[in-house]
Amino acid sequence: MKELDYIIQAEHITKSFGDKTVLNDVSLNVKRGEFVTILGSSGCGKTTMLRILAGFETPTSGKIKMNGHDITTMPPYRRPMNTVFQRYALFPHLNVYENIAFGLKLQGVKEKEMDRRVIQALKMVGMSDYEERDVNSLSGGQQQRVAIARAIVNKPHVLLLDEPLSALDHKMRKDMQLELKQMHKKLGITFIYVTHDQEEALTLSDTIIVMNDGVIQQIGTPTDIYNEPANSFVANFIGESNILNGRMLKDMEVEVMGVNAECVDKGFDTDEPVDVVIRPEDVYMLKKPEAGMWRGKVSSCIFKGVHYEMFVDTPNGYEVQVHDYNAFEAGTEVGMLVKPEDIHVMKKERTCNSVEGEMIDSNHVAIFGGEFECTDSALEKGDKVCVEFDFDKVELTDNPEDGTAEAQINFILYKGNHYHITLKTKDGEKLYVNTNDVWEDYDDVGIKIKPSDLRITKQ
Amino acid sequence: MKKILKFMGKRSNWALPYIIFMAIFVVAPLLLVGYYSFLDNEGALSLYNFEKFCTSYDTINTFIYSIGIAMMTTLICILIGYPAAYFMANSEYGTPKVMAMLFILPMWINILLRTLSTVALFDFMKLPLGEGALIFGMVYNFLPFMIYPIYNTMQKMDKSLIEAAQDLGANRRRVFRDVIMPLSMPGVYSGVVMVFMPTISTFAVSELLTMNKIKLFGTTIQENINAGMLNYGAALSLIMLIIIGLTSFFGSDDDESNETGGLL
Repeated sequence: MKELDYIIQAEHITKSFGDKTVLNDVSLNVKRGEFVTILGSSGCGKTTMLRILAGFETPTSGKIKMNGHDITTMPPYRRPMNTVFQRYALFPHLNVYENIAFGLKLQGVKEKEMDRRVIQALKMVGMSDYEERDVNSLSGGQQQRVAIARAIVNKPHVLLLDEPLSALDHKMRKDMQLELKQMHKKLGITFIYVTHDQEEALTLSDTIIVMNDGVIQQIGTPTDIYNEPANSFVANFIGESNILNGRMLKDMEVEVMGVNAECVDKGFDTDEPVDVVIRPEDVYMLKKPEAGMWRGKVSSCIFKGVHYEMFVDTPNGYEVQVHDYNAFEAGTEVGMLVKPEDIHVMKKERTCNSVEGEMIDSNHVAIFGGEFECTDSALEKGDKVCVEFDFDKVELTDNPEDGTAEAQINFILYKGNHYHITLKTKDGEKLYVNTNDVWEDYDDVGIKIKPSDLRITKQ
Repeated sequence: MKKILKFMGKRSNWALPYIIFMAIFVVAPLLLVGYYSFLDNEGALSLYNFEKFCTSYDTINTFIYSIGIAMMTTLICILIGYPAAYFMANSEYGTPKVMAMLFILPMWINILLRTLSTVALFDFMKLPLGEGALIFGMVYNFLPFMIYPIYNTMQKMDKSLIEAAQDLGANRRRVFRDVIMPLSMPGVYSGVVMVFMPTISTFAVSELLTMNKIKLFGTTIQENINAGMLNYGAALSLIMLIIIGLTSFFGSDDDESNETGGLL
């Protein structure tokens, strides 16, 4: 693809506020006329990215290009982009007409032309005859429409939308989603949309950019993102899923939940540990347990409107979420079947914890801001070392002071028969723990590791 | 005892002390001023006092001069106070907290003490007391009352409005002209009322700062009352009250009065 087919190019954008890095080496390209959504939970850096595109923030490093020209330091008022703000940001001292005409007036558009364009924009958002109304008297949905009209009336090359529907109620949000999609088609301009709502992203976008912790996790079409999530974070974030540990036996064959299953993935090492994603709606429930690949017993069955949501316990201790149009009462013995193309195999990002530390003496090592005891080694004080330990060899304590080091729970992933928890330690390192205990997001905990479980190698 | 408890139990009765207080110290004096101003020297109802005011060239002159001084003070307060409030509300200009503190610091000292030290300062610097000193003293005394309402409205202003204006193509100057200024007007109205009202009726400050050379309307009223012309003094007070009343209407007429600096 030629470079100029891209209207926006962000190259290696990094943004820090103080010592907090909000965006870490983010690169993305936006095609002309595309509807791109930046999706992520709050605090993932998506809004900062949009603000950098709009020009309200300058990146700490990296470049923003528009039509191939560097616009990184161009002030917002010179950029041919307009923003729809989350809280509308309508001018309270101006009426609807004056709000929409604000940008046109600054451009020096003639009065007749201005009238025509404002009326057209109002028609576009279904707010004809509201010109003289005071913006404070409008409902949330109406204010949002005025905000959209105020942006599109300037015929921007790119329209930036910062969670524009998050303040609206559910029904209104659905209606506005459809209208936005139609508006995008009609106007033919590029939309860059920021949201935390995965359903909204799947409905609206041509391309979705999934972000977490200031890093892009995956870029792809809604179907790609849903069907072929790049990692367990994306799989967990988009839609519901069963994320399980598996082992690749050979090309097209993976061991998952104790069964060797056919799949469509290849290119892994023999016996390589992998993450396996199975969507709840891809599991077929069979009345005869022996007819399925896995057998199990239904533990709960809840009606969800269109489908039933069921949890099935397998004899070897896994819990599988299943969506089916038919109800299987709790206690029923069932068989489960998944088609090979619905078993998504993903490379594991890591198989054990690995962290750099420094020896304090021959049997103590400093990692995660704590002093951990280790088996007596021939190493001396001050030696730089690499410390490795397995996910399931970490003990978490309720009381942070009881641990050798303190950490906060960052992200919890259910893997069918255990939780895979991401922790952030006081010194900003990450560590991962497998546990059967139930913890909560943002709990402060202490961490303990047995001396014999630490594998230390000198660097 | 039971009766008292029952009486106290009713929430609306709790306002009673305040109502009594206001009746004695606000409403009654106002009515008395109104009543006395329509009495002539023999104690008969008449418009004699107002006629006297309208024909007394000297008093009208003092009155107009006082309004002039008050307007001048208010204007200078706006000119100095508005930019000060703007800088304080925008942290990008350094240390707004320190600045806010420094502006409020003189208010800890009694107004008369401050005025006396202003006199001493003018003496020390060998500057003449008079009109210039009067305006300086008034601005010095009333500037915080202008800065605070403006600072308040500016601080409460939604910063995304400024970003929205930039986004729609407004440079710094246009953002200020088209968004910040109109949105801070309620604060300015508040400030005007807060400064204009008290300056028009000042007398002690003016006496001290001008060595009694310049008479303001407040002084005229005081002199008349001291000289036993209670009725005439009351009439003059009433006239002044009406003028002050009109200025506060000028401020609160605005339909965004709920967004004023929280001082009206």
